[in-house]
Amino acid sequence: MSRRENIRSRLDWVTIGLVLLLAVLGWLNIGSATSGGEAVDWLTLEGKHGKQLLWIAVCAVLAFLVLNIEGEFFIRTSILSYLGMLVVLVAVLAVGKVIGGARSWFAFGSFSLQPSEFAKSTTALMLAYLLSRGDGKLRSFKTRLQAIAVVGIPAGLILLQPDAGTVLVFGGFVFALYREGLSGNVLVVAFAALVVAVATILTGAAVVQYPVIGAATGVYFLWAVLVGGGGAVIWFIIQSSLPRQRKRIRQWSLLALIGALGFSIALHTGMEKVLAPHQRDRIHVLFGIDVGNPDADYNIRHAKTAIGSGGLTGKGFLNGPMTAYAFVPEQETDFIFCTVGEEWGFLGSGAVILLYLLLLWRLIFLAERQRSHFTRVYGYGVASVLFMHVLINVGMVLGLAPVIGIPLPFFSYGGSSLMGFSVLIFILLRLDAERFTVLR
Amino acid sequence: MNYKGRMWVIGGLFGFIALVFVGRLAQLQLGSEEWTEYAARLTESRETLDAARGLMYDRHGKLLVTNRASYDILYTPRAARQGMDTAAFAALLGWERSALEAAFAKADAYASYRPSVIVRQLPADEYARISGELWRFPGVKARTRAIRSNTAGLAAQLVGSFAETSAADLEADPFYRLGDYKGKSGLEALYERELRGKKGTRYHLVDVRNNYQVPLDGGRRDSLAVPGADLTLTLDKELQAYAERLMQGKRGSIVALEPATGEVLALVSAPSYHPDLLLGPKRGANYDSLLNNPAKPLFNRAVRASYRPGSIFKMVQGLIALDEGVIQTSTRIPCDRSIIGCHGPHSYDNLTEAIVHSCNPYFHEVMRRMVQGRRASSIFDDAALGLGHWTERIQRFGFGTDLGGQLPGIRKGLVPDTTLYDKFYGRRSWAYSTIYSIAIGEGELLTTPLQIANLAAIIANRGWYRTPHAVRDVGGKGKPAGVDSLVQTGVEPERFDPVIAAMQQVVEGAGGTGWRARIPGITVCGKTGTVQNHEALEHSVFMAFAPRDTPEIAVSVYVENAGSGGSWAAPIAALLIEHYLADSLSNPEREARILAARDPFPEAP
Repeated sequence: MSRRENIRSRLDWVTIGLVLLLAVLGWLNIGSATSGGEAVDWLTLEGKHGKQLLWIAVCAVLAFLVLNIEGEFFIRTSILSYLGMLVVLVAVLAVGKVIGGARSWFAFGSFSLQPSEFAKSTTALMLAYLLSRGDGKLRSFKTRLQAIAVVGIPAGLILLQPDAGTVLVFGGFVFALYREGLSGNVLVVAFAALVVAVATILTGAAVVQYPVIGAATGVYFLWAVLVGGGGAVIWFIIQSSLPRQRKRIRQWSLLALIGALGFSIALHTGMEKVLAPHQRDRIHVLFGIDVGNPDADYNIRHAKTAIGSGGLTGKGFLNGPMTAYAFVPEQETDFIFCTVGEEWGFLGSGAVILLYLLLLWRLIFLAERQRSHFTRVYGYGVASVLFMHVLINVGMVLGLAPVIGIPLPFFSYGGSSLMGFSVLIFILLRLDAERFTVLR
Repeated sequence: MNYKGRMWVIGGLFGFIALVFVGRLAQLQLGSEEWTEYAARLTESRETLDAARGLMYDRHGKLLVTNRASYDILYTPRAARQGMDTAAFAALLGWERSALEAAFAKADAYASYRPSVIVRQLPADEYARISGELWRFPGVKARTRAIRSNTAGLAAQLVGSFAETSAADLEADPFYRLGDYKGKSGLEALYERELRGKKGTRYHLVDVRNNYQVPLDGGRRDSLAVPGADLTLTLDKELQAYAERLMQGKRGSIVALEPATGEVLALVSAPSYHPDLLLGPKRGANYDSLLNNPAKPLFNRAVRASYRPGSIFKMVQGLIALDEGVIQTSTRIPCDRSIIGCHGPHSYDNLTEAIVHSCNPYFHEVMRRMVQGRRASSIFDDAALGLGHWTERIQRFGFGTDLGGQLPGIRKGLVPDTTLYDKFYGRRSWAYSTIYSIAIGEGELLTTPLQIANLAAIIANRGWYRTPHAVRDVGGKGKPAGVDSLVQTGVEPERFDPVIAAMQQVVEGAGGTGWRARIPGITVCGKTGTVQNHEALEHSVFMAFAPRDTPEIAVSVYVENAGSGGSWAAPIAALLIEHYLADSLSNPEREARILAARDPFPEAP
């Protein structure tokens, strides 16, 4: 038995099948979304769906190449590829092409490439490298700082493009870190921050009559409640706790209160002073706040209409006027899920959600069966990145998250993202196929 | 420390989020029909197919009114949000930018997702100039709309106007939608239901720019438009055109009827106007100038103007008196000018002579005999009974009635009755001596030119008429029912002999006032009339029918402030009759004189 056959027999065909299924479904839905109501020629390489078919073929070749590279190569070149990517991300800020308001693209003639799609792979590799070396755990403060830097530096460069969606995806690495021992308090704090953020946005948009200063934003009320109410609660807790614990409780609760207040003030100031009005509107629309512009929720209203009008079984393949006739914006890229919802209904879109869940669970399963620490961290990195994409993208089209343009993995039209995800996942599959040969 | 258990936390979070998404999908897709309905509102569009409006032809099938293509420019605010170059569009239309912006704002205020008309009824040549550029402006579309065109500009007031529906029209009839047109006056209004046809409907799926894409449901719910019925009018296009030419530069009217059928051969109200002035973008300004013109071109004098009938009325008096038996054909009455003035050298006329001479005392006495007929002992009761009977008989000639109301805008004129005089003078406070001026067609009596032409038809028919009407055929189904009802005056046919003889003498007799109406080879029976008014010159009136024994045409001619009936109205009537009955013009000088005549007329010599 040759070594190559050995690899093939150990490949995880379940993952490959799921990925291929998603890509084919994506291709079909792109064809439908861009049909404009005309008959679709499925065998062509013209048009968006034709190009997507070409990209799928390119990615198959890419996957074949990746699978034929020794896993050790990826591990050893982690630092190199990571640093190389940083250089590329700096370069794109300098000479990149602006598409949709972000300087995220390298243009090669008629065809453009988005390097941040590949930065996800290099960052995941680097993070895996970092955590699998040395003491290997996140116990030391130094390792934590290094981990934050590994994720933060490319994320920061991408934020400069600016591409907020991809930055949020990088935030997903927190799941990989959590699996490696990062305190669960991080997740609790993140959840608390989410609650404070929602409260700040809701009260910040409201106008309240105050006794002395008159009409002003309701966020002042929130802050007053935080200081007054929070102080009272803390005092009550301190009074009812054991004296020897009081000092510790006082320190931590005051820290929490000040942190919440500071976060709220910073967020409110950021909303008012830093965000462009249309960005603020997008967030407000999400929370059902009237922004006074009937078109502010145009995208999301039409997305919800497309999905909602699908009903249980959908309007049928190639039969969705909301998407085919361009009522839904970006209907073949970021809003591709609308086509699924409109044409395949609850059953079809629910099935696609299920496919993604199966894929994510499969990735966790793959990560957990590794003896290699590197591969496990990398596997969780892959799962985290995919999860964040699905979370933000589907959340957006369902009106649960603000309008942030990031693609649905393997599904949305676009060569860069498809290649990026392919590289990401097939490196994992190569590493996984080698799981019995490594002894780390 | 082993954190392997945390895989369940992460996997559980993934599952939880998937569950949230599926729940949200269920809420959107299964929870309510709201989104389905909203999607239908966005993607489905109903197109109304306008029916071609029925055309109008003359009695010989010559086209009078047709449809012509024009273009409305429509603007849909929602579709235009993506990049409307207002400055360039204004330049294309030749408008001020501010005017266009105001129009856009108005459209937006009306409905952002529905098209509003920005430019109305652009003629085809102007549309051709800009049509190639329209694609550059999102949300701008052109819609063809047929407008009316009166090919020869004839019978403007009779045909009537075709204009945009008002808010009241929209409310009154659900057939109309904003921006639709309808007949507003004349035959266009009277036959609106027949002319307008039935609208069709087509359902489309539209794209985000509101462009039609494919038929909805494969077109199963669509329906075709049914064109409106064509009208064949009773008008004779040639005669109408000639009559309008004769009346050019004058104020007044011509009504020509076919006595046997009641069909209107020509109906002129002068001054007239070209109906196409009331179409297109300049309609408003043109309408205002026509409305404020002191000569009242919009006013259809032929059926709406009321004049005192004057001497022409004496024939009606004579006919009724004969029928009532208060006089005989041979009865002579002295011309006693102490009661009422008269003119001309005559002293003891019979009926025929009295009509020819227009003897006032004769008809004063005739009327006295009819009103004070000894029906009651009190002179007041007697007068009331006598007048009541007289009024009924007069009304059977069509006076004081709308003559069946088959012509648009028709007015009744006025025949005084006892109620009127009771109101004027008080009950039992008036007798014949109070009201005698109606005996000679003066006083409260008012008649319309149509009623006078109809009188000519009654005399030509010897006692009956058919309701005057202007439509011969609607959509190939023949005359509308009831349009030409037969009406008997109740006067015996032989009673007409002395009256017709008098009318022949008026034209042919030596010194007859209607001598200018003579036509070689055609026996014209006519009667002049002069209507006093507050201007220096009377209205010149003539009514006639011809030929005497086989009447084919009955006319009334009114020329306002032109002098005596014989001077202008009579020759106009003769020219018209000759044009209708003969192939050639016997008296070119007569025609030249009439065509040259212009208002104001010189004082009579």
